Parts: sequence; C-alpha cells; structure tokens
Amino acid sequence: MRMSKIVRTGANLLYPFVLIFGLYVIMHGHLTPGGGFQGGAVVATGVALVIVAYSFEEVTSMIKKVGMKARESIGLLLFIGAGVAALAAGAPFFSNILANSGLLFGQTVPAGPNPGDLNTAGVIPIMNVAVGIEVWGGLAIIVLYMLSSIPEEGS
Amino acid sequence: MFWNLPLIAVVALILIALAIIVFKKNLIKVFLGIVILESAVNLFLITLGYREGGIAPIYTNAPQATMVLPTPQALTLTSIVIGVATSALLLSFAIVIWKKYGSIDIDRIRRLRE
Amino acid sequence: MIPAFIVENSPALMIIVPLVAAFLSPFIGRISSTVRSIWVGGAMAVTSAIALILALDVYSAGTRLYVFGASAASAAIPPDSGGIPIRIIFEIDPMSALMLVITAISGFSIIVYSLSSERSHTGLESYYTLYLLMITGILGMVSTGDIFNFFVFLEILSLASAGLIAYRIDGGVAVEAALKYFVLSTIGALAILVAIGIYYGQYNALNMAMIAARMQFSVLDQVALVLIIAALAMKCGAVPMHFWTPDAYSMAPSSITALLVVASQASLYGLFRTVFTLYNVTLNAATVGWLLIILGVLSMVVGVTMAIPQKNVKRLMAYHAVSQTGYMLLGVGVGLAVLGNQSLLDAFGYMAMEGGIFHIINHAMYKGLLFLTAGAIFLRLGTYNLNRMGGLGHSMKWTMLFFVIGALAIAGIPPFNGFASKLMIYESVFVFNPLLAVIAMVVSILTLASFVKVFHSIFMGPALPEYAEVKEAPMPMLAGMGILAVVVILFGLFPGIVVESLIAPAAHALVDQGAYIGAVLGGA
Repeated sequence: MRMSKIVRTGANLLYPFVLIFGLYVIMHGHLTPGGGFQGGAVVATGVALVIVAYSFEEVTSMIKKVGMKARESIGLLLFIGAGVAALAAGAPFFSNILANSGLLFGQTVPAGPNPGDLNTAGVIPIMNVAVGIEVWGGLAIIVLYMLSSIPEEGS
Repeated sequence: MFWNLPLIAVVALILIALAIIVFKKNLIKVFLGIVILESAVNLFLITLGYREGGIAPIYTNAPQATMVLPTPQALTLTSIVIGVATSALLLSFAIVIWKKYGSIDIDRIRRLRE
Repeated sequence: MIPAFIVENSPALMIIVPLVAAFLSPFIGRISSTVRSIWVGGAMAVTSAIALILALDVYSAGTRLYVFGASAASAAIPPDSGGIPIRIIFEIDPMSALMLVITAISGFSIIVYSLSSERSHTGLESYYTLYLLMITGILGMVSTGDIFNFFVFLEILSLASAGLIAYRIDGGVAVEAALKYFVLSTIGALAILVAIGIYYGQYNALNMAMIAARMQFSVLDQVALVLIIAALAMKCGAVPMHFWTPDAYSMAPSSITALLVVASQASLYGLFRTVFTLYNVTLNAATVGWLLIILGVLSMVVGVTMAIPQKNVKRLMAYHAVSQTGYMLLGVGVGLAVLGNQSLLDAFGYMAMEGGIFHIINHAMYKGLLFLTAGAIFLRLGTYNLNRMGGLGHSMKWTMLFFVIGALAIAGIPPFNGFASKLMIYESVFVFNPLLAVIAMVVSILTLASFVKVFHSIFMGPALPEYAEVKEAPMPMLAGMGILAVVVILFGLFPGIVVESLIAPAAHALVDQGAYIGAVLGGA
C-alpha cells in the first residue's frame, strides 16, 4: 500500500533532513545530549518514514536488508575494534588511548563554560559513530523484518 | 513530601503494569504492560540521580556546582536500549504466534499443554 | 609457555573473541557453510582455551581484577575518584573461575555437537551468532564485579536464549515456550534493576565490592534481597517459579537445552554471589539459609515427582533438572544457614557448600550429556515420545553408552560424579538436619527409578521394525557427548582431587567476603 503523492513528496523532502539531524546527534554525542543510540534511532525513523510513505515492494527495492544487516555487524565490529585498539596499544580493553593525545579527537577539553570542541574525547566519538551505524542498521532491519512477515492487505 | 512524588509515580506505574500483565488477555497489551514496567524502573533510576536545582552533567567546570548525577542517566539509557531489543523480540514472537495460531488471546495460546 | 599478553588480558579476550566471531559469522557464512563451521568451532575453542587459561591463573595466583578502560588493568580505584571504583571491573575469584571452567567445557562440546546436529536447518547464521552471544552472556555474568554489568550480561543471555528457544518454530509451539521464558525473564531482570537502583540510591556505588563494604542491611536492602532472590531463583528454575523450565527446555533444540542448563547455573551463581558477597554476615543467615533450603527441598521433591509420569523425554529431563537444582540450593543453603559460626562452618558448613558447588559442575556435565543424547535420538527418530521408542540399544550403541553414563551420574551411583557430590551433601546435611538428608536420598532413589524406566523404554526390547534403518548418531555429535562423558567419569573417579583443587577454593572464596572486597578496595 502506498500513500498519496503529497505524503511521498513530503517524505522525499524530509528524508535528507532526518538523516542529517541523526548524523548530527551521533557526531555531537560527546558534547550535547544524545549519542550513538539516539542518533541512530533518529536515522532509523527516516527509514520508517520511507516505509510509511511507499509500498513494501518499493521500499525493499530502495532499502536492502543485506545492507542494513551489514551496517549492524560493521557497527558492532567497529565498536569492539575501538576497544581492541587499546589492547594493541598495551592498555586495558576500552581504554581511551586517543584522549588528550593530540591525534584524532585528541584535543584537551577546554576548562570553563564553552560551546564544546568537537575534536575532543578520544575514542568516545568513534564509539558513538559505531553505535550510530549499528542502531541505524539494527532498527531498520527490525522494522523491515516485521513488515515483511505481515501479509499485505487483501492478500 | 513533594520530592517523593516521582517515587509515588514509580510505585503506581509498577502496580498498573503488573495488573496489566496479570489480567489482560491480549498478548500485545501484556507486552505494553512490560513496557510500562520498564518505564517505571527507568523513572526510578532517573529519580535517584536528581539533585534539586542541578544542571545537566555535560560541560566541564560548569558555572554551577550542582549537577544531577550522570551515572543513573547512563544506566537508564542502557536500560532503554535493552528495552528496545526486548520489545522488538516480544513483538516478533507475537507476529509468529499470530501467523501460526490465528489469535493473540493468551487463553488460546495453550498448545504446549497438550 | 602461554604469552603473557593473553594471560594478562584474558578477561577481556574471552568476551572479545566470541563477540567478534558472532558478528563476523553472518559474513563468513556467505562463503560456505563448511568455512562457517570451522570459524565458529575455532572461535569457541579459542574462547574456551582463554577461559581455561584465566581459570588456571586464578586458581594458581589468586583473584584477578580487570578494570575496563583504565590506564592499567589492576587500577581499580582511579586516583581522582575519591576512593570509589567507578569503572566496570571484572573480578574473577575461584568461584567465578569454576563457572568459567563449566562454561568452557560445556560450550565447546556443545558447539562440536551442534555442528552436525543443526546442519540441515535453515537460519544457521543467526543460530551461531546467538549461540556465541549466549556464551558471552554467561562468561560475563560469572566474571563481572559490577552489579549493573551483571544485569546487562543477564539481558544479553536472556535475549539470545529466547531467540534460540524459538529457533525451531515448530508450528508456533517453540515460540510459545520462548515467549513464556522471555516474559518471565524480562520481569525478573526488571526486578533486579530495581534492586540495583536501591543499592545505588543508598550506597552511591555499583561495584559489588563497594556495595558489600558499605552494606547496612536496612529495610530497603531487604527489599532488594527479596527482589534479587526471587528473580534469580526464577531464572535458575527453583520450584515455585519453575513452570517455564519444562516448556523452554523441551522446545529448544537439544544443543541449546544443554547450554540453557549452564545458563541457569550462571543465574544460580548470581544468587550465591548476591547472598554471600553482597550481604554475607549482615543478613540473618539462618533465615535466608532456610529460605534457600526450603526452595531446594521443594525443587527436589516437586521436580522428581513431576518428572516420573512424563511421556516426553526432554520434559522428563527438564523436571529432573529442576530437581537437581534443588540439591545445589540445599547444599549451599545449609552452608549459608551456619554462616558466621566458624565452628559449625568447619564441622559441616564448608562441606555442604562444597557438595552444592561440586553439584553445579557435575550437573552441568551430566545433564548436558543427557540432553545431548536426547537430541541424538530425536535426530534419528524424529520424536521425543517415550511410548514410541524402543529397541534402540541395537542400533545406537554409543548413544546408549553415553545415556547410561549420564543416567547413572544423575541418580548418584558410584563411581560417577553425581555420587561424589551427592555423598558430600548427604553427609553434611545429615549433621545439620537428618530429615533433609533423608529427603535428598529418597529423591535420588526416585531419580534412579525414573531413569531406569526411561532407559528401558528407549533402548531395551526388540528392535522395532519402523526404526530398522536407524543409524548411530554422526561423529561430531558423538565427539561432543564424549567430551562430557569423559569429564563425568574423571570427576567421578577422582573426586578428591577435584574437590581439593577446584571446589574447596570456590567455597572458601564465596564465604570470604573480606577477600573479595579487599581485592578491589585494597585491604581497607
């Protein structure tokens, strides 16, 4: 079942903004409320929006289950990889080896009230990104699977 | 007395949720009871971390000394994530039950007993 | 011999390896199913090896700490935290190490078994992913020193097990069993979360050692104790809350049932850890001890009486699992009832606890073995119904041998391991209260009677014409059962060595709350 042209056009227009907002929440997870899970959930609502607006066949041609499954696994592996990187550097699992190191996300957090520096907090943003990718894939695949197991109306 | 209100709400929500879980016959409603129970526990955790007049524990060296405790918020977040997974699994069970049994009335989901 | 890197980081590695393997297995499975079998089997072997290395290290060098995300693995208390261990800590003492040994042995032999038992089914990539997640959950539950982390691993375990119980949809019946299990375990987990909130609200800590050090046993703590005991006793299948056990155990694939036994032992571990480490002498030991004893006796009696009339062989075994859980609760409950009284502890308390704890590992081995034989029979016959079996002794000789080993062990016949632990429980409990020991013995006799009946109806009699072409179970399944059978026999032949080297340190670690706290907080 597909919705009217107005709804579909609206979904098309909104989809990039939902995506961008979700990615913003993911990237600023270490500075503002939010983070990987919340941002990933926002991105997944974009997927849900498309599902609502279009028919199931159209959705499955636009959004591939395999791709979403891959996102889920890659996100989790990236998350664990961020922890294992610390092991490789000789510190315990999940140590924040990048914090205050001057490398990627390695700036020291400035003292006092400030608007927040994105380039801080070490591995935490990396983990947020990993969780974001994983939740995006995970929630999308849940919705897709549930949808695919419900018979279409009239069938 | 006033600061006890959230805790009273927690107890009320838990009782409502348990009543739903025990007395409702519709599987989906039972699941909603579980979700309400989760929300009650999350509210309980958040209440534990509240400090009157506290601000969100985000900026380093923020102007005010009082912040709400960050740990219960982290716990709540974890619990919410687990709750999402739980509800997803429960709902997919409901879908399979509906397809195989043609009903989600818990009185009719009794094939194990035979 | 073993690289120091692996020994040092073993607590983290034993979580990392199954997780990475679990999430890579869908990709690996696209290559071919043989590659996937090698991959998951290898990953499980590595995980078991790491867990055994860690357990060996704990038994030889004492309690191990592993602080996640710290600058060093032993830096439990960061210098700027005001003396509070804020990070997630894995604390592996001999009791945890014993559970690691159980998980390592069972997990490995069950995956060898399921490589061939599940080969013909679809959806295998999720099967292995969830299996490895279950292993992760169990390993995490038994090694964590952080109570919220315990909850998280408990939920990982519940989610993965519920998915696996429903794995063979079986006309929806398996899903019904999984639903029952999962609704109960979710409610139980939320009860534990409330208890965690109560601890946090009072003591501002989530670390078990820290909570134990500050434990006051106020009214709120009593509420939390009741919530945790109720939830975990439900998860391990003790009697008033046992009704999910036969359904879930009988509907899950047999390999998963064997792992569910280990999972329920992990819940039992959580129960003992809460009672002994969090509360220890602050609680009214006699009352809570008797509570555990009554739960245990009820489980023993109700489990075995419900088991006898069953027609479904896995339901029957599931009720026996409930009954055997009762022995563990009885043994450890007696130890708890005399906690704080050193002379009574020395006289029989330690022995009762050792018996109960020894029974945990024995039960995981022989009950796993029995469920695996039931799975082998189901693979060849396609039924669990006892009335439709018969004469299999002619065609499935190895399966029959393994079944006999498991059945004699569960009934407590020497020289198998069940006898060793049950004897310790009888002797010590007899000193505490003769009536309890008599009940335990009667239950044991009923167990024997029940398994004689099962053995007779499955294996004895003339070969039935409809099962004329039934063959022996395939080689990997026999290998998986063989590992468990060898362990059962070895533990039965040398109980003294096992008790002295594995069990006694575990029992003493459980009682010695000060050592657990001191390992984190540094002797204070």
